[in-house]
Amino acid sequence: MRKCARALLAGLAMVVSVTAPSLAQTLRWSSAGDVISYDPNAQVDSFTQSVQNMVFDGLVRRNKDMAIEPALATSWEIVSPTRWRFHLRQGVKFHEGQPFNADDVVATIQRQIDPGARNKENLSAVTGVEKVDDYTVDLTLRGPYPLLLNDLVAIYMMSKPWMAEHNALKPGNASTGVVTYASNHANGTGAFKLVSYEPDSRSVFAVNKDWWDKPQHNLTGVEFRPIASNATRVAALLSGELDMIAPVPLQDIDRVGNTPGLKVVENPSLREIFLGFSFRPELHAAPGKPNPLLNVKVRQALWHAVDLTTIQKRLMRGKSRTSGMLVAPQVTGYDKSIDVPLDYDVAKAKSLLAEAGYPDGFKVGLACSNDRYIADEQICLAIASMWAKIGVLADVNVESKTTYFPRMDKGDLDIYMLGWASLPPMDGYSVLQALLATNDGNYGGSNPNGLSDAKIDELARSASTELDEAKRVDMLKAAFKVTHDEALYLPLHQQPVAWAMSDKVDMPQFPDEYVRPWFAHMN
Amino acid sequence: MIRILSVRLLQAIFVMVAVTAIAFLMFRFVGDPVATMVREGASQAEKDALRVALGLDRPLLIQYLEFVGRALHGNLGTSFRYQEPVASLLLTRLPATLELVMVATFLSLFIGIPMGIVCALKPNGFLSRLIQSLTLVGISMPTFVTGLLLILVFAVTLRWLPSSGRGELVDLGFWKTGFLTASGLKSLILPSITLALFQLTLIMRLVRSEMIDVLSSDYVRFAFARGLPRRYIYGRLALRNALMPVVTVTGLQIGQLIAFAIVTETVFQWPGMGLLFTNAVGYPDIPVLAAYLLFVGFLFVLINMIVDMLYAFIDPRLRTK
Repeated sequence: MRKCARALLAGLAMVVSVTAPSLAQTLRWSSAGDVISYDPNAQVDSFTQSVQNMVFDGLVRRNKDMAIEPALATSWEIVSPTRWRFHLRQGVKFHEGQPFNADDVVATIQRQIDPGARNKENLSAVTGVEKVDDYTVDLTLRGPYPLLLNDLVAIYMMSKPWMAEHNALKPGNASTGVVTYASNHANGTGAFKLVSYEPDSRSVFAVNKDWWDKPQHNLTGVEFRPIASNATRVAALLSGELDMIAPVPLQDIDRVGNTPGLKVVENPSLREIFLGFSFRPELHAAPGKPNPLLNVKVRQALWHAVDLTTIQKRLMRGKSRTSGMLVAPQVTGYDKSIDVPLDYDVAKAKSLLAEAGYPDGFKVGLACSNDRYIADEQICLAIASMWAKIGVLADVNVESKTTYFPRMDKGDLDIYMLGWASLPPMDGYSVLQALLATNDGNYGGSNPNGLSDAKIDELARSASTELDEAKRVDMLKAAFKVTHDEALYLPLHQQPVAWAMSDKVDMPQFPDEYVRPWFAHMN
Repeated sequence: MIRILSVRLLQAIFVMVAVTAIAFLMFRFVGDPVATMVREGASQAEKDALRVALGLDRPLLIQYLEFVGRALHGNLGTSFRYQEPVASLLLTRLPATLELVMVATFLSLFIGIPMGIVCALKPNGFLSRLIQSLTLVGISMPTFVTGLLLILVFAVTLRWLPSSGRGELVDLGFWKTGFLTASGLKSLILPSITLALFQLTLIMRLVRSEMIDVLSSDYVRFAFARGLPRRYIYGRLALRNALMPVVTVTGLQIGQLIAFAIVTETVFQWPGMGLLFTNAVGYPDIPVLAAYLLFVGFLFVLINMIVDMLYAFIDPRLRTK
């Protein structure tokens, strides 16, 4: 027995010593949250999708400039407005050796649109999938739909024989308690293979030497370790146990950046932060009185009274980009001429309030999360004090995202902070559909406070089926123009994405905050 | 004896019912899981459908009764976050927590008892004063501060030990252990010290006061008078008797450590049940939260019951009452 244990220990020591040197080119990185599941259909978490992207490829993908380019499909054509044809790449192999062909696409799409798939709405326009030949597939659509390629970026191709072998042709589902082999194993065609996955500990990836594309990285492996505590995550980077952390907590940026051997990389992300208004007849803060926010002059006055420059300089430490619309410059539908915030002018704000019939201001609720966006709580408090100068008394309510967003969804808040990244489609239509259109069925899912504008509703519906891209973009811009003119929302800024990494790592940063190690270099 | 047993069992069942009710009702108000489970652009119809699928649209009492009914069959539901049965989730996390607790208990006993003896034998000596004041600092510092200080010194500055995680593990089939690898053992050091600190102080003080008591008792003084060797008096007579309450307290403390390893596990990203719980709070993963409270409640009821039974067994006066 003792001999056996000794042999075991010796064996382990060998394993450890053999694996140690190969760590040299292994990118070890950390984030606050973990991958929820490796099943592409069992969750809707964008961080999880970003990590899965290391293992899986879609029919199309985003390149370094965030533009859509061919991946597992080499080309496509619109056969009719409701039928798109995709020609598949030949000679591609899954990590476990199965060849990729039309059967895999059919099985993957069927799994994706299965009623039991948690993220079936990510491909809601597709009604069916048909195999034409071994390397051609048709997708049938509910109606004309311009954003199919945007949606397909996040649809990852799985192997049909592999799913059949492991009884995973149907997706896992929390509500019915279905767990499949695909939850903790992954067999994709991507740049990296998943070697092991231990929830809350680590995911280990090896390089896929048979990748169909030419690698643009020089890594020998990737190790991802989630670390929930901000302080511990920073400590692990400082101690050299990690090569990169994403994100780096805002308060630690200076300290990490000043440490020799480390660097901080910052860019504006796609996420726009703004305030939403209640359009209900009464405010929760002042029951029994008509809602002043229904008057456009009041909303404009509130906008004029917010000192965006101070927020940018003091609270965001100069790292954010002040903005006047709800989408970032990289997102389709962005218009520079609309992206102009109302200037900071207290006198004008006061006169607008007086014109609207509120010379002495009014009482209103202002709600924020304190653990979702960068400096969210501080921004709320600052805005409340700015509004106090024009007589608007904001009753500030700050709480954790777990209780804040459900209350927002129920329409319990008067003025509330919200952030929007337009992901995964990276298209302004996401804002029209979810934030601007009247809450009704498939529209206005995040517009719980009675905002309703007939012109925007009409634009949202026509933009959802317009296949002429130029016309469609004009519709998006027209809707954003109305939003700005009517001050339907109060845009604050585009928040930054900040990563910290070792000098040895050269890794491009993207505004969608995805970590893409297949573009990383280490020396 | 049977009467006591049945009364205790009845009490235990009552406590467990209360725990399930509180756990269930409390976490219904933590937040709405639907808000965190849907995608960013989700429509109202999508949110409503998910709410129905999760059974959140039904009356609270029905949801509670179903929860209890399933729990009685050993089914604790499915985690909203991991999409896995909660019972198996807890079981996979149990080894990490138990290993941490085992090492912490070991540390607190093997450091705490000698320290207590030193403090008892020379109560006014320099060493015992130093130990007493040091442990006082240790016990009055919040766990996360202790943990972060240790990380700062031993991981960031000295780079001797890892700052987080469990290191390399060996899978024994039913148990993933960190005891068999160098990195696994190294990873255990900082979190177990952090967790052990409170218990260590407790045991040190307990041993010290019990030893002082015993040393001033008549039979020890007679032993000295008979000229028995010091080693025999301190070791055999004094320490043995002083250790009786230490055993009881250690038993109860193990329950405490398992239940309250939450902070330590979060600071060190230790993938045990405590970390599972903290992550579940943020999500909010109600089945996991409720099951964890149920588990901890069960643990304490069980430990207390065993302790009570042992007392009754040892002390006949409790039986005749």
